[in-house]
Amino acid sequence: MRRYEVHVTGKPGIFDPAGKTAQTALDNLGYTGIDELRIGTFIELSCDDAVTPEQVVEMCEKLLANPIIETYRVEEIEG
Amino acid sequence: MHFGVVVFPGSNCEQDVVHALRFLGHDATYIWHQDANLDAYDAVVLPGGFSYGDYLRCGAIARFSPVMEAVSRYAAAKRPVIGICNGFQILTEAHLLPGALLRNRNLKFICETVFLRVEPSVCQWLDLPAGTVVQVPINHNEGNFICDAETLARLEANGQVVLRYCQPDGSRAAKGSAPNGALDDIAGICNEEGNVFGLMPHPERVTDGISGLRDGAAFFEAIARRIEKVA
Repeated sequence: MRRYEVHVTGKPGIFDPAGKTAQTALDNLGYTGIDELRIGTFIELSCDDAVTPEQVVEMCEKLLANPIIETYRVEEIEG
Repeated sequence: MHFGVVVFPGSNCEQDVVHALRFLGHDATYIWHQDANLDAYDAVVLPGGFSYGDYLRCGAIARFSPVMEAVSRYAAAKRPVIGICNGFQILTEAHLLPGALLRNRNLKFICETVFLRVEPSVCQWLDLPAGTVVQVPINHNEGNFICDAETLARLEANGQVVLRYCQPDGSRAAKGSAPNGALDDIAGICNEEGNVFGLMPHPERVTDGISGLRDGAAFFEAIARRIEKVA
């Protein structure tokens, strides 16, 4: 079995109001010094051995992310 | 004039659209998302709602329904397609329209009647004179239209910006008139040919006059006149 983790976040410059709101809330709690907080989507995939990282990238391009507004990062997880 | 109204799992404005179209004297038929034959229809409507629960992104999963392959072919044949609210989101996800719709800038679901200015465009769905101000409700959480600067310039140059949020007198507020934060106050756009039109506001809700407004009728009557003229 292979495992992948996919992180999807808004492209730089795409305003993230949810992230901004959470950042302000942390600031109000006294956690100052945070330059930026961005909220995205985290996806875990458990697959057959036959599913390659290239296929996961293809899944991101087609469905899991919208390349117009989002970037994604695919990581294969050992074990 | 026979409209086909697509129903995805989670659509919830299809009955309003069918009611509005029948009120205007047209035939309207529901199309299940598994159907892939649109030959019988003069125009296709993708209605609002929450297709597939808006999971992942609004419209991201609906975009791969069997009916959407047929919609793509239908659009490529220059036949008329309109996407309202979630339907607009589906059209952008399907790359039948450029850009994307982000979460409203104020993080609030917005349900209110807004003023819209008709822009000079190539859109076949609207033949109102540029500058006309109409009142149509919006009802969405993700209506914050965005695209890159190059795309925006192309939309402007080609007359693809169809509707902008505006003030009651048709002007645009200096800080923007879009309640959702949409880029350049854009409420609706069309493709280069003008046959595919997507908008966040709901014209079907202000068509029969029950709510006191009737501006929505124009959105369906222009395409009906055009098609009847051709036929």
